[in-house]
Amino acid sequence: MTQPASFVPAEQFADAEKQAHAARLGMWVFLASELLLFGALFTLFAAYRVEFPSAFRASVEHNTKVLGSINTAVLLVSSTCVAGAVHALRGGRTKLSAGLVASTAVLGAIFLVIKLTEYAKHFADGIYPGGEGRFFEEHHVRGFSEFWTLYFGMTGLHAVHVTVGMTLLTVMLVGIVRGRVTPATVHRLEVAALYWHLVDIIWIFLWPLLYLA
Amino acid sequence: MTALASPRARSSYLVHATTLRSWALTTDHKRIGVMFLFALLAMLALGGIFAMALRLEHLTPGPTIMTAMTYNRMFTLHGVTMVWLFMIPSIPSSFGNFLLPIMVGAKDVAFPRLSLMSFYVFLAGASLVLVSMVAGGIDTGWTFYPPYSSSTPTAVPAALLGVFIVGFSTIMTGINFIVTTHTMRHPSVTWMKMPLFVWAIYATSVIQVLATPVLGMVLLLVVANHSFGWGFFDPARGGDPVLYQHLFWFYSHPAVYIMILPGMGVVSEVIPTFARKNPYSYKAIAYASFGLAFVGFLTWGHHMFVAGMSRFDAGAFGVLSMLVAVFSAIKVFNWTWTLKRGAISLKTPLLYVFAFLFLFVFGGMTGVAVATMSLDVHWHDTYFVVAHFHFIMVGGTLTAFLAAIHYWFPKMTGRMYSERLGLLCAALVFAGFFVTFFPQFILGNGGMPRRYFDYPAHFQVLHVVSTVGSWILGAGLAITAGYLAHALFRGPAAGPNPWGSRSFEWRTPSPPPKHNFESEPSFEIDAYDYTKPLAGEPQ
Repeated sequence: MTQPASFVPAEQFADAEKQAHAARLGMWVFLASELLLFGALFTLFAAYRVEFPSAFRASVEHNTKVLGSINTAVLLVSSTCVAGAVHALRGGRTKLSAGLVASTAVLGAIFLVIKLTEYAKHFADGIYPGGEGRFFEEHHVRGFSEFWTLYFGMTGLHAVHVTVGMTLLTVMLVGIVRGRVTPATVHRLEVAALYWHLVDIIWIFLWPLLYLA
Repeated sequence: MTALASPRARSSYLVHATTLRSWALTTDHKRIGVMFLFALLAMLALGGIFAMALRLEHLTPGPTIMTAMTYNRMFTLHGVTMVWLFMIPSIPSSFGNFLLPIMVGAKDVAFPRLSLMSFYVFLAGASLVLVSMVAGGIDTGWTFYPPYSSSTPTAVPAALLGVFIVGFSTIMTGINFIVTTHTMRHPSVTWMKMPLFVWAIYATSVIQVLATPVLGMVLLLVVANHSFGWGFFDPARGGDPVLYQHLFWFYSHPAVYIMILPGMGVVSEVIPTFARKNPYSYKAIAYASFGLAFVGFLTWGHHMFVAGMSRFDAGAFGVLSMLVAVFSAIKVFNWTWTLKRGAISLKTPLLYVFAFLFLFVFGGMTGVAVATMSLDVHWHDTYFVVAHFHFIMVGGTLTAFLAAIHYWFPKMTGRMYSERLGLLCAALVFAGFFVTFFPQFILGNGGMPRRYFDYPAHFQVLHVVSTVGSWILGAGLAITAGYLAHALFRGPAAGPNPWGSRSFEWRTPSPPPKHNFESEPSFEIDAYDYTKPLAGEPQ
């Protein structure tokens, strides 16, 4: 995976290879931290799902399954794009890489648009976070409010991560165009891509929990 | 800063540039460590003033100097300041930042700008907590338990967001230290040659990175609970307050090891230096840090024995909690065996370490006692628990922190403090601490509940003893601040290695040059090898 890097390293590093290694390791450790951040929400979800199985099942069935599944496909394609972008940049095909990074960010934007459409549908159904709205007057059983608040909390936090990831990718795109992210400094793009894959992986767990199970 | 000029000072990290900008925007890990140290000392002073006020209030039953509401806010602020703003970042952010790169033979940490950012993020979070103090205070206790924290009218959101932001600073520091230890070591500093302080900081960083995000998430949910009515933890809205306790202690129990492990690292450095011996077992001390870090994640339930938990769970958490004592004992026996037949020179840092050993073992044994469910039911939420965790956390972390300040003061400033005053104050701090908290064991066992404003008259004698103890402790710390401040500007030059230590940070001038070493450092002699003289040392 690594090839000898050749750029002028920051003064605290002995050589460029070490700096690239540090960047990758730093991102991996950060991702571990991120997983635990979502882990707290997954724990809450598990606890309440065990407590209110029927309300959770009814809520999942009420959810926007088609839009959620399309969004899964969108994110998976975007992750493939960013993986291709790293591969292309390492092989010296800078233009292809820039194109793939741009498509990844655009797919991220499409994901957000679909996500907001879903939110709009929920609001129209009278579902708001915190158990507010018409829906919860009709379903006056414990568990519905927990599911939907967790739904908004988890997908909302995920959407924040999508936005951060898109920002990172945009910075990378500018870097590729301006010649700061090059085949020699491919580790920068790699680190951004790692973050994007995290966004993807979290969704891979959210999708079955919130739309299918 | 010219007052700090010592023979070698021109190239030192303190004076190579002296503008405000050169400090505020520095990426030098030593300057960041020093800035953290001053910020943390301010927090310690603030938390200490709250503590003194609390003790003064308890001088007599009923109102003494404040109302019950002020008292509730005061003990919360004491806890929040001490735990979140002082103890959790204390040794890693200050001494860890300053020493870790030097100890692995590097020029700087892996991500210097991240390091600087973690300082400002800490300041931002701490400021937000301070703002909450002015804007109505907060009266939930430092654990922020719902449902009370979701309904109290006090400034819960500001304080919790402040702690949340401080958590980010902790995570950044943790990531930086893990990556630095992995990638920045000098080629001749292999894992088994690293000073033990580095092992301790590394284990701490792992906990910081893995536990802090859970706390962050939970605090955000409490804020959402308070501000938007997301009732995850509020029974009035269908939530489960015990679930909060599970998630909170999943972080906050490991956080105890975030506080104590770096202290253990300091002890592991100080003892070999002043006994002039290698540690009895380097590997046992290094691995025991990881044992503690690991077991620390599996013990959180012992905070909730009376909150509703099956007997089997309680038993399992009790046994796992006692495992902590096994790893702690491995360390304590290693330290005491290192001292055995050592050429001991009793300097201030070592005296603080003796205080540490006594208080840590004493507090640790009471910890095994409270991990036993049948006993804990009696002691839960009494002064017994307060005394227990002050023995471990203050007796452990604060004495280690003071040992670290005295031990590395000559390295950081290039100057020496008054040894006589140092020894005197170490004795005062120890005596004051013991007199303050020992009576609280008896009070708790007698039924004095924690966080109560009032108490029956027959508890007064012990409360008065405890309050007098707090004055001795306060005096010891105030005199320490005085002579250290004096030594900072007027102390005699310390020289590169005043303690005759072998550890790596003593192989460079005091204060160290900007890039830590003047020439390519040599680590051929081990960090604890007292059989050979160091290069350039008359011996």
